Amino acid sequence: MTARDRAVWDPAWADTAVRDPAAPDRAIRETRPDHGAIWRLTLAAAAGTAASLGAIGLTATSAWLISRAALHPPVLTLMFAVVAVQVCGLGRSVFRYAERLTGHDAALRVLASIRVRAYTRLERLAPAGLAAFRSGDLVGRLVSDIDSIADRWLRVLLPYAAAAVAGAATTGFVALLLPSAGLVLAASLVAAAAVAPWAAGAVARKAERRIAPHRGELNAASLDLLRGCAELVAFGAVDEGLERVCDADRALRKAEGRSAAGRGIAASVTALAAGGSVWACVVLGVSAVRSGVLPGVTLAVVVLTPLAAHEVFGGLAPAAQQLPRIRASASRVRAVLRHPDPVHEPSLPLPAPAPPYDLRIENLSARWSAGVPDVLSGIGLTVPAGRRVAVVGPSGAGKTTLAMVLLRFLDPAGGRVILGGTDITELSGDTVRGIIGLCAQDAHVFDTTVGENVLLARRDASMAQVRDALLRAGLLDWVDSLPLGLDTPAGEHGARLSGGQRQRLALARVLLAGFPVLVLDEPTEHLDEQTADTLTRDLLAATDGRTVLLITHRTAGLELVDEIVRIEAGRLARPGRLRQAGAATQA
Amino acid sequence: MRPLDRRLLRFAGRARTYLIALIVAMAAVAGLVIVQAQLLATAIAGAFAGGLGLPEMRGTIAALAAVVAARAALAWAIEGFSYRASAGVKSQLRRGLLEHAVRLGPRWLAARRSGELATLAATGVDALDPYFAKYLPQLVLAFVIPAAVAGRLLAADPLSAALIVLTLPLIPVFMALVGATTAERTRLRWRELGRLSYHFLDVVAGLQTLKVFGRAKAQADSIRKVTDSYRHATLATLRLTFLSSLVLELVATFSVALVAVSAGLRLVSGHLGLQTGLLVLVLAPEAYLPLRQLASHYHASADGLAAAGEVFAVLETPLPEGAPAGAAAPVPAAVRVEDVSVRYPGRDALTPGDAGLRFGAGEVVALAGPSGSGKSTLIGVLLGFVAPDTGRVVIEEPDGERELGELDMRAWRACVGWVPQDPVLQPGTVGSNIRLGRPDASREDVRRAALGAALHEIGLDAPVGEGGSGLSAGQRRRVAVARALTANRPVLLLDEPTAGLDAAAEAEVLATVRGLAREGRAVLMVAHRPAVLAAADRVVTLPPPGEPVRVPAGSAGAPA
Repeated sequence: MTARDRAVWDPAWADTAVRDPAAPDRAIRETRPDHGAIWRLTLAAAAGTAASLGAIGLTATSAWLISRAALHPPVLTLMFAVVAVQVCGLGRSVFRYAERLTGHDAALRVLASIRVRAYTRLERLAPAGLAAFRSGDLVGRLVSDIDSIADRWLRVLLPYAAAAVAGAATTGFVALLLPSAGLVLAASLVAAAAVAPWAAGAVARKAERRIAPHRGELNAASLDLLRGCAELVAFGAVDEGLERVCDADRALRKAEGRSAAGRGIAASVTALAAGGSVWACVVLGVSAVRSGVLPGVTLAVVVLTPLAAHEVFGGLAPAAQQLPRIRASASRVRAVLRHPDPVHEPSLPLPAPAPPYDLRIENLSARWSAGVPDVLSGIGLTVPAGRRVAVVGPSGAGKTTLAMVLLRFLDPAGGRVILGGTDITELSGDTVRGIIGLCAQDAHVFDTTVGENVLLARRDASMAQVRDALLRAGLLDWVDSLPLGLDTPAGEHGARLSGGQRQRLALARVLLAGFPVLVLDEPTEHLDEQTADTLTRDLLAATDGRTVLLITHRTAGLELVDEIVRIEAGRLARPGRLRQAGAATQA
Repeated sequence: MRPLDRRLLRFAGRARTYLIALIVAMAAVAGLVIVQAQLLATAIAGAFAGGLGLPEMRGTIAALAAVVAARAALAWAIEGFSYRASAGVKSQLRRGLLEHAVRLGPRWLAARRSGELATLAATGVDALDPYFAKYLPQLVLAFVIPAAVAGRLLAADPLSAALIVLTLPLIPVFMALVGATTAERTRLRWRELGRLSYHFLDVVAGLQTLKVFGRAKAQADSIRKVTDSYRHATLATLRLTFLSSLVLELVATFSVALVAVSAGLRLVSGHLGLQTGLLVLVLAPEAYLPLRQLASHYHASADGLAAAGEVFAVLETPLPEGAPAGAAAPVPAAVRVEDVSVRYPGRDALTPGDAGLRFGAGEVVALAGPSGSGKSTLIGVLLGFVAPDTGRVVIEEPDGERELGELDMRAWRACVGWVPQDPVLQPGTVGSNIRLGRPDASREDVRRAALGAALHEIGLDAPVGEGGSGLSAGQRRRVAVARALTANRPVLLLDEPTAGLDAAAEAEVLATVRGLAREGRAVLMVAHRPAVLAAADRVVTLPPPGEPVRVPAGSAGAPA
């Protein structure tokens, strides 16, 4: 049964996908590093354990050495202890080096595997499943959330694993000398590792979770102030804009202050655990020596070893304090990754249809996610191959949704789209997108060279083909006037290009890819009137001979299309008067 | 990068108190470490060599408990002090940076990426935390603690103290030797890590485009490859960088070993007591630690210092000449532009091409001309955002005339309603944005303005997100028109007020603009489409860039 058949058979099908019990587990799996990375993490933890044991051993052996020396033995009898001290000292440094190196290796492996896994899921969701992440800042926050998931493994689990093994070994060793001291040490280490972060969390858990959102708000408020600077100055509203930034800053500071209070409590508990265990070991050790249970020569070992062990454990509470922040990031990422697939690929996709690629839209309805009202309904439109149709209508009428369905970025909620005789839901998304191309209003320009940005459309294109595409898009003269030509960097989001040049670059791309059917979605949005009119004419001239669906809310510059249809509030307006409506605005 | 930025200290203000408190608390901890070492040595030596029991050592045990309690209290205080030392400075830097950037004005901002400035204010400044909380105190402690330890040992065992004083300089020497070769490479690597994150972000942001060209799935592999090749290169550098800390740690370890071995040998031969031996053992490492920490804190605060440097670069940019405040508020009857030209660096064309025009109360003048002829620049001049290189703008008033430069800009802008070419909305609601120029406007006024701007399909309470998200470009423009209407100003500068609107909405907005002129307002409207040009009383056409044809004042071009 194909996806489409099933949608007809069960209209609530999209809803069941939300409740798919496997989905959450899958999302969690996707934020977990792979086996290679985990193996490196284990290696780093082992080196960390060895380094910690070296540090603790250094204190223990030298304490014994000094005590033994006080009994004035022949120097030779101390040789074994001297060597042990040296081995511990050297081992501490060398293993620490190994830990840091393997730790960073693991860090980058974890990062790579988490990024790849999250990306694989995002790739299935984009763009309809990521509609809430249209703005660049939100994508930035999502990406930094993904990156911070790696911190859970590196900054929390790794030090805890190393400290746990070293702590257990040390406790066992001290317990062998004096069981009661071992018991005290064990309790104090648990306090440093668990009670301290728990106490900090009780004070600041909520604040920790709020810090990242507050910082995002501060960033957004600053950005709104700077971007809107001219208007705020012109309307005399700068003070209100600054006040918004200061409010966000105050909120962030308050959360940070609370977090500092949590850190203070954790530091205090940690210091108390370390000092308390040393104090208790002095009391227990002195009475044990006095009663003859403990040889005097090992008293220094029993007292000073806990001191060294707590130095290792001292870093755990600050590490654990990052957990609320990491958990908040992880849950934000999961909320995105759990979003049900916007498109259901057929299990047995049909082969690509043969030309001519007539496009027939039958009674189509569509919505962005289950449970929200349809954005499009009852759309019927036939576009024979080679015909050029403009779809006009006010913003928000559902025109972009139509583009999403045609590109197979969104499943129809009802009705069908027939491409070259085949229902597009029976085809894989990649097959459909091999035939239907899209030039969107917000086509992304990657931060690489202009040439690479065009070549993206067809990796095997020749230089002549690239130049030809640029020529037809009206961009070749500009590219040739640049000192670096095609090797000119485009900048972040194409910042070095003007709005018109970015759109022409996007056009050059779809021309190079040679799609037989083209959807142009508001290609002139954000441009000034004149540039927009020129570009509209150039677009239609450059795509002559192909099937074109030009989606626009502008009615100017449409002389070159064969037909104009109008969408209003998700429905096709009566076709009879459309051509007229378009022509009227040309007057 | 200077290790101690005096500008930052000057900026610290009230935070200096907390900084001093922080240093005092940290020094007190160091003092307590020395006392604790003393007490432990006394207790161990007392029980082992002296055969003393708990009752005889009551004082020592009680003192040790007091030290532990004091250290716990100080640990708590230090976190509070270090937060307070940097929080105030960060807030002041943030506010100062944004305030100064806004005062420098839109033209200065246009040459920068506002995103980068916002990030600098919001997160860049946060990198100063380690500078204030760790590095600055450590600058003091790196001298105080070794001196205190050496001083204490000098009294107990002069030879150990002498060994420490002799070996201590090895740390900075090796730091300089190893650090110099690796620091630069490490910094480059970290910067590259930032770029790597950016690659990932770029790919995710461009997912739709990648899918259109069937290249999205291939990118998973590219993310892995880029991260992997970065990892290989980084580890090669890190192997060297971490060697520097390995060397430092080994130098410290062997220096301690030297002190300990000499003490041990003298213990065996009976020249040194056990108590002193233990004191040396516990205290010697403490002498080397602060210097090593100084190095790592310095690296941790490098980002913060760099961010502070960028903030100061903005703060030290001189503000444009302020107009005389307190001049009488203008009562504009007409605005005249005489031979104004603006020279943009790197462009030979004069913009806006020696324009001359006049628009007065009760008329709508359209400003036409090809892209790049300087229409928006002229609007910028009229708003006082761009100072003309030649020519002048004259405000005609009932009792004489004044040049724009003679006016208090705040008062002049209070006379001007503006619809920018690309309106930016503030987060809030549609209503709050329309009220921007007149926060006390009644709901009825706002509703009427929205109707006049053909803003029918969205309510006044509709939310507006960051950067105006939630609204289409056409809706944003109509909100901007309603905003200018609500502000109720005598002069209106409309930069393509109907761009992106359909014919019906355009007709409604143009009717509103005609109405404004009838009410006696002076309207200048940048326009391109015939329907808009037809709505104007006169059309002034600017020449294309590179053809600085003089347009005489008040000349009227024929509607195209």
